[in-house]
Amino acid sequence: MLIAEPAPAPTERRPRLVEIDRLPRSILIGGGLVLVVVLVAILGDLLAPFPYDQQHYLDTNLPPGGPYRFGTDEYGRDVLSRVLVGSRVSLAYGVGASLLSLLIGVPLGLWAGYKGGRVDEVLMRVLDLMMSIPPLLLGLLVLAVTPPALWKTILAIAVITAPSAARIVRSVALGLKGEEFVQAAQARGESERYTVFREILPNAWPAIIVEAGLRVTFGILLGAALSFLGLGAQPPSSDWGLMISEGRASVTIAPWVSIFPGLAMLVTVIGFNLLGGGLRDALDPRIARDYLH
Amino acid sequence: MARYVLKRLVYLVAILWTLTVVIFGITQVLPGNVAKMIVGQFQDPTAIAAIEQKLGLNDPLPLQYWRWFSRVLHGDLGDSLVMQRPITPIVLDAFVNTMSLAVVSIVCVAVVGVALGVLGAVHHGQWSDHVTSLFTFVGISVPEFFWGIVLILLFAGYFKVLPSTGSAAFVDNPSEWLKHLILPVVTVTFTLLAHVARQTRSSMLEVLQTNYVRAARARGLPERVVILRHALRNALLPTITVLTLDLGFLVGEIVVVETVFAYPGFGRLTVYAIQQRDLPLMQACIVSISAIYVLANLIADLLYAYFDPRIRYGAVSA
Repeated sequence: MLIAEPAPAPTERRPRLVEIDRLPRSILIGGGLVLVVVLVAILGDLLAPFPYDQQHYLDTNLPPGGPYRFGTDEYGRDVLSRVLVGSRVSLAYGVGASLLSLLIGVPLGLWAGYKGGRVDEVLMRVLDLMMSIPPLLLGLLVLAVTPPALWKTILAIAVITAPSAARIVRSVALGLKGEEFVQAAQARGESERYTVFREILPNAWPAIIVEAGLRVTFGILLGAALSFLGLGAQPPSSDWGLMISEGRASVTIAPWVSIFPGLAMLVTVIGFNLLGGGLRDALDPRIARDYLH
Repeated sequence: MARYVLKRLVYLVAILWTLTVVIFGITQVLPGNVAKMIVGQFQDPTAIAAIEQKLGLNDPLPLQYWRWFSRVLHGDLGDSLVMQRPITPIVLDAFVNTMSLAVVSIVCVAVVGVALGVLGAVHHGQWSDHVTSLFTFVGISVPEFFWGIVLILLFAGYFKVLPSTGSAAFVDNPSEWLKHLILPVVTVTFTLLAHVARQTRSSMLEVLQTNYVRAARARGLPERVVILRHALRNALLPTITVLTLDLGFLVGEIVVVETVFAYPGFGRLTVYAIQQRDLPLMQACIVSISAIYVLANLIADLLYAYFDPRIRYGAVSA
């Protein structure tokens, strides 16, 4: 299941939008897991047996069983409810930050790749500089000086991942610049904006989607690490990284407080990893070899 | 080679200098200044003004930067606000601890990763290939702190064979030092293994198809020699690239893992500085870690250029 499946071969029949039996298995399994997580995030409050922040003072650190399927934490909060609602924050870190980083990185990359010359040179040096600070450290630096809040963490992850998005888009744009359809647009006297967004961008989508898919897990894990260090979602909100951190002190007497959010995160990340890898193989095997390792 | 080294050194100095500007700028410009942090929650305006005067916080920013930067150049990183003592010795202690963790970890990642990659490639498609792929895949899908807690639960809580937190000095007690290092190193290795193992596996698969490997086999050399001497040597170059890319992740892993295991290194010091809002300590930590990281990258690049002459002549854009 972990071996890269070959891209689906072109068929004689009129292609349907999605040919389920031809999709790589990793997309099906990964997509299924991701779908479950997304549904849980949307329906979180309805599925949760208790409000996620309700404290049952008489039922602290209870093992799984009875009304509390996943046990309770040191405040007597239901771990299952917190895990279910916590999926929202994880998705916000992963998907939210990825989209935001594309919003920053894609135009920059397109612009640099298309213009070339000095613009490209300056931009690339700035990105080099940003990438010369290790990712987590950059996050710590930005988040340390202001009071922590969820949106700031998401923004920080987006800023950290934007340079690599910009680089990948730039290299795609560089490659497409010499293509005939781009030269045709230039010869027609189309504006720069038209050429970049209407001619180059549509052809760069596969690379962008692949990149975004792989960034999601990075965002989830980085967000979790920042939360764990106290720089993400703040108590009493339910976030998996925060929950694992809260359960750390009492891990020997109530391990379920940390274990269940950890397993939830494992399932989510595996889902996105499978989906991202499958998309990469399905959309363009060449992209995988050229731009990623 | 000399020219290449010189070019990279100039670039290194430029990057390091810009880094100090950026780090100083971000920490100084964003809201919440040092004087307020020293005075604390009561915010007495006269006390704040007095401290601002004393620390020169009312001076223009470039002047403040220059004062800080010239002290840093002389090896003086300032005083910690919370601990009330010079930062430089604190940072040096943390440096030794972190480097032992980092070096042992990266060696483990390289050795275990390459071994698993070779195993996967040689047994391509068999169950051992699937098992190693699954193993590394789970590794990158678990946040390092969760895996760290599971290890603490198992080996410190349940089996009680290894200490869960802290560290010991190597000179005082080598066996305690090693015991304290095992769980953090295993955590870092498991979560970083995947990139190296996958890259080694795929480049080994490619190399095993080449004619010189076939020729070596045809000469009747033992399979072990063919794989280790002929194939692996040629498959390792991309693995080295992946290892250098992993250095950035390693820094993040170490910050988190040190926090989980209460290991007295750079990462934990940085988190401590942030939690205590100790601005000078924070600047010192982040500048030092970034400097080490940039230096490590340079060393990796130089090694790479040494092994692959095409790079230093600019034949391949890195």
